[in-house]
Amino acid sequence: MTRQTHAIVLLGLLLAGCASAPTEAPVEERVATKPTPVPPARETTTPTTQLPPPTPKPEGPKATTTPVSPPVVETRPLPPQPIQPSTPPAPGKEAKGKPDLTTPGAHKDPSSPLAQRVIYFEFDSAVIDARFQPVIDAHATYLRANPGFKVILQGHADERGSREYNLALGQRRAESVRQALSLLGVADGQMEAVSFGEEKPAVQGSNEEAWRMNRRTEIHYVDE
Amino acid sequence: MTIEIVGGAAKRLPVAIVPFAMPAAALGENPATVVAADLGRSGYFQIVEAAQADARPTRPQDIRMGDWRRAGADALLIGQVATLPDNRLEVRFWLYDVVRASELLASSLTVPASGLRAAAHQIADMVHEKLLGEPGSYSGRIAYVLKRDGWYELQVADADSHNAHTIARSPEPIISPAWSPDGTRIAYVSFEQKKPVVYVQRLADGSRRVLANFRGSNSAPAWSPDGRQLAVVLSRDATSQIYLIDAEGGEPRRIASSLALDTEPVFSPDGQWLYFTSDRGGSPQIYRMPVTGGQAQRITYEGGYNVSPALSPDGRLLAFIHRRDGQFHVAVMDLATRQMRVLTDTAFDESPSFAPNGRSILYATLVNGRGVLATVSVDGRVKQRLTQTGDLREPAWAP
Repeated sequence: MTRQTHAIVLLGLLLAGCASAPTEAPVEERVATKPTPVPPARETTTPTTQLPPPTPKPEGPKATTTPVSPPVVETRPLPPQPIQPSTPPAPGKEAKGKPDLTTPGAHKDPSSPLAQRVIYFEFDSAVIDARFQPVIDAHATYLRANPGFKVILQGHADERGSREYNLALGQRRAESVRQALSLLGVADGQMEAVSFGEEKPAVQGSNEEAWRMNRRTEIHYVDE
Repeated sequence: MTIEIVGGAAKRLPVAIVPFAMPAAALGENPATVVAADLGRSGYFQIVEAAQADARPTRPQDIRMGDWRRAGADALLIGQVATLPDNRLEVRFWLYDVVRASELLASSLTVPASGLRAAAHQIADMVHEKLLGEPGSYSGRIAYVLKRDGWYELQVADADSHNAHTIARSPEPIISPAWSPDGTRIAYVSFEQKKPVVYVQRLADGSRRVLANFRGSNSAPAWSPDGRQLAVVLSRDATSQIYLIDAEGGEPRRIASSLALDTEPVFSPDGQWLYFTSDRGGSPQIYRMPVTGGQAQRITYEGGYNVSPALSPDGRLLAFIHRRDGQFHVAVMDLATRQMRVLTDTAFDESPSFAPNGRSILYATLVNGRGVLATVSVDGRVKQRLTQTGDLREPAWAP
């Protein structure tokens, strides 16, 4: 019954631009417009009246290995969680030719579009920006071609405010990705949407830059 | 852990506390020291030191009231500890009005040999109530999460932060501890299974079991006043919605269906209402609905972010976190008048919880980037801070 979750590499996406602010955009968000360097254009951005893009993170968000240990039913100390450094982000340009989105195991290839595992969100929002549609499309294609594969969609929030409210916000972000994959034909049984709220920031720090990198949904494959 | 007073009542009552007579056997700290520490840090009392020449009475007949008048005390506490034949301890104590030279309190407590601190906290509660006319909250317990060395520890301690015990420890986050009404169990959310799962743990033997581990996330446990069921937030059918579940486990019952995110349920003390946070109006606000389900009423209107409701034991006050100018403060609302008041000036407050006497609120905040626990009186005048190595968060005062 023990299912191993393989080490998952979370790649920092070189994002550009942001969606229009939500209607209830809070003060923090509106002042969060400190310009940051724009990465070399590799995706079309909408250049008008946008918040600046997240700064490319050369080191990428920290990745953690996620072995699923059997449920701990005692209140004894648990073994320490091994932490592995993340693999650097994939090169900005994909390899020429059609990427392989169907062969089992393709999600472990760091040069595959499937290596992109993170979808970022605006403050208090769970709306998936069009910029991330290619990421959703790639995983949908792969999961459809490999109905035995499963993913955990892990929603996260930034640190501000209530932990439980942030847990619910992260859940909504995870659900949002689940629904997007579902619309593309991925079976419900292949996905579980869960939330870590603000508890597992990808980037440490109490600033706009860190907060932006922490509002996210991560796609984790659960290998058989 | 140490406690630091960061504010106090405008006028503090001067009280002299004389070391209690102790039996020869070493029993640990003198109860008078503990009572003085409790009262001193409450912000309501000033502890008066006796002059060197003055006597240290431990029996009523030895008191020279003039000494204490000269020292500036309005009240005087004396006492003695005696060992009983069965090894238990009897703590006798007397409280005097120094100005009128009259006895206010004469009482005794019998405790096990290990119970001297507990007895002292009870004495502090009685002195507080006698002198100020409202109950003290020195003898309660608190639960909180300590993060240190990459581990999350759920701890239970006395209200003065002594006697801390780790009851659960995990490399994955633990949040949202909630005491059962009888104080024998704590429900909490642990991420050890790589997702939020609600557990209930018995304090007496450390045993625990899963209360809610459904597909999706399971969180935000809150006990009903009779301890027979809990409200929890599940995402198994839709995004975060509120359910009731039997305290012994079983099938959860969804009590409302909203298209919005509903979380942080808490029962009113009469068991009739659930207060909760919802973003159904476009921003997170506090609502309430009947426990049986039905129409929800919005409670908070001021500002665009009001979360984490907590109700006073008498059900008259609502404490919550209110965002103002980008900062998160503890606020309190009188539910009869709906008047709201911000109590703190710290910027990252979280998780308010009432003392059993309803007179102060325990919460978590950040000081120099580190998590600390703090209390504020419901009038905002008396503030205390508990600090310890490591990050503290998610406090809950035992009922």
